[in-house]
Amino acid sequence: MSFDDEPSSPRATPPTAALPRLLAGIPAHGALSLREHLALHGELPTFAARRRHGAAELIERIELAGLRGRGGGSFPTGAKLRAVAGARGRPIVLVNGAEGEPASFKDRALLQSLPHLVLDGAELAARAVGTEEVVFGVCETATGALRALSDALAERAHRRRGAARLRLTKVPNRYVAGQESALVSHVNGGPAVPTFTPPLPFERGVRNRPTLVLNVETLAHIALIARHGPRWFRELGIASQPGSSLVTLSGAGLADPGVYEIELGSPLSALIDAAGGLAGSPRALLLGGYAGAWVDGSLLGEVSLSNEQLAPYGASLGAGVILLLSAQACPVAELTRLTRWLAAQSARQCGPCLFGLDAIANTVERLTMGTAGADAQRRLTALSALVRGRGACSHPDGAARLLDSALAVFAEELEDHGRHGPCAGCERSSELPRPHSSSAGQSSERRARKLVSVR
Amino acid sequence: MRQRLRVNPIACEAHGICAELLPERISLDEWGYPVIDGQPLTGELLAHAQRAARACPTFALLVELRRD
Repeated sequence: MSFDDEPSSPRATPPTAALPRLLAGIPAHGALSLREHLALHGELPTFAARRRHGAAELIERIELAGLRGRGGGSFPTGAKLRAVAGARGRPIVLVNGAEGEPASFKDRALLQSLPHLVLDGAELAARAVGTEEVVFGVCETATGALRALSDALAERAHRRRGAARLRLTKVPNRYVAGQESALVSHVNGGPAVPTFTPPLPFERGVRNRPTLVLNVETLAHIALIARHGPRWFRELGIASQPGSSLVTLSGAGLADPGVYEIELGSPLSALIDAAGGLAGSPRALLLGGYAGAWVDGSLLGEVSLSNEQLAPYGASLGAGVILLLSAQACPVAELTRLTRWLAAQSARQCGPCLFGLDAIANTVERLTMGTAGADAQRRLTALSALVRGRGACSHPDGAARLLDSALAVFAEELEDHGRHGPCAGCERSSELPRPHSSSAGQSSERRARKLVSVR
Repeated sequence: MRQRLRVNPIACEAHGICAELLPERISLDEWGYPVIDGQPLTGELLAHAQRAARACPTFALLVELRRD
């Protein structure tokens, strides 16, 4: 069959450029069944008939769509597919559902509610790079996602021959486990910690084969681009970051925190409105994740959600984490918790990360207590510069980014704590989401239920 | 294409020999781990760099050919 811009398979509903896209048909409870999924989106285009040609067309389609990875790195997906397809050896697809970012629930939400969209994407990605083998790596604490995914795999077990062989593996719940080389190491039977690169996974990954590592949301977008084409995809978003994206919105004072699908480049204020609005201005926004960047709360009204538009604020969308810190919270106390947590999440393999993040956490802690001395902020700036770029993965760089943004945005509060020690707000409990855990699974599943779309 | 230094931070155990052999490009941080000056290695510095790489007990110092 041809693989032009016209969808070739029957579809129950015409493709509409508007939102929701990924979250269309999201069920109130449980997961969308295979039958419901096919009724909503139509069959997957079967362009594998002339395999090599068909695969090349799919990659071209994804390149034209301008899809970028949704795991945080925002790397062009088409280029990744092409690199793996062109590498020597039989490739393998590794789906990244580790989602170790404590403030992110979107990958869990997607897998839990719409597993077939992700599975479609995985099959397509496998065909595009010429393999039948797909490994799913999902966080061990994401019990709902794991259940939905294995049920969905069972539903598809008797489908047409030639479909990809999909395997499911649990990934340890630690921050760096979702880093590509760490995930590869885990699937290879090693520890889920980053390795020294090169070789990068696309050259030599799982069982030394060229490995395509893609985030679960990225795959869901592939499933829709294959059906509706690049032009449809680009009807939303901005030129440098087309399409829609899932974000996890949280923060004290929000009526409806949760996972939302937004148009890339849309104003943050529209998202806040959709989440029930906010009384008063937040003290600050944490964008990207725990290794993201703080932005002053007064800028809420002018911030738009794309990397290009966030760059002037020193921030990026990362894996879609948006966290609002209320005016009642103590940002210095929150920073103390964050830097301590980031230090604890070091894989403890690289000296500058192991010692540097610990030194940062210690200094922030002493500063909060008012015992760090007058040059604490200067010391933190120096430590931040010292750890950047000196780990095998980008964990120290993320911690440095978070710290630098905090030093700029919370300069006044830091100064005050440095002089006078803890404030009244230091006593308040943290507004940051708790890190994922199996026992917290229930609450995270409830939060992930809130799925609304914002245009 | 220029030769540059790179450290494998997982392999590095802060012996510090590299900084002694190539102080022009390598200093040590407060924990004893090498901080690399990424300038290209020219002339006799390249020979010193290669000697430093060979002297590293954990083979963590790499002299790499990299595109600029």
